Amino acid sequence: MLNPDSVGRTFEGAELVTVTQSQIDAFCAVLSESDTSVAPPTFAIRITLEQSHKILSDPEIGLDWTRVVHGDQRFEIKKPIVAGDMFKCTSTIESYKVSDGNEFVVIRSDLNSDDQLAVSTWSTLVVRA
Amino acid sequence: MIEIGTKLNEKVFYVDRAMLKAYADASGDQNPIHQDEAFAKSVGLPNVISHGMLTMALVGNYVTQWAGGAAAVKEFSARFMKPVIVPADEKVDITVSAVVSEVDGDQITIELSATSVGVTVLGMSKAVVIK
Repeated sequence: MLNPDSVGRTFEGAELVTVTQSQIDAFCAVLSESDTSVAPPTFAIRITLEQSHKILSDPEIGLDWTRVVHGDQRFEIKKPIVAGDMFKCTSTIESYKVSDGNEFVVIRSDLNSDDQLAVSTWSTLVVRA
Repeated sequence: MIEIGTKLNEKVFYVDRAMLKAYADASGDQNPIHQDEAFAKSVGLPNVISHGMLTMALVGNYVTQWAGGAAAVKEFSARFMKPVIVPADEKVDITVSAVVSEVDGDQITIELSATSVGVTVLGMSKAVVIK
């Protein structure tokens, strides 16, 4: 079970994450997308889900990541991601509820470059009973 | 002319195990349920399943192609309804369609749906684009 005290907490990624052209190229290649000048709309998940994993797996938070499935996902893109962007990733556990033994956690992550918000993501993660 | 109710052309994507491996490497999501059949079955799944985010990325590609580039996409959301099951040595379809639900100047909202072997895999999916 998630530690209820963690709801509303915000976590800052320890280091800046730099986006490289080869990361965008690899993501585009899977989708047969020929325009690699801008990252595909879901590319941010590569950064934010890893951060969420790190945060929620912390024993102090208490989420059992091995039982997690992805419930839903939303992206708001203020500025498209391009190679060379350097992001600070800030994540907040926005909500938590238990229904029929399943746990539902909504985690929001903001990618900021030079204090300017580029992309926000919301992931609902479901810990299966 | 784009107006509320305008239907976008359906498009079919195909997913196989090699694509799951490529997506795992590109996204960093190396969860074995997307690559290892024995492991997937050991945790109660019928077979290897696609990353939900791969399905969403393909639907995102559909949006991008229609909108005229990834830079035009402002919002994109989806709920994962059912897993896309990917047996060995098979290509399974992800069939995507959409309808325009809002037009506000050059800002257009579309509602998307995606099925695999006839089963709805993404629901409540919406994208806002500038076109």
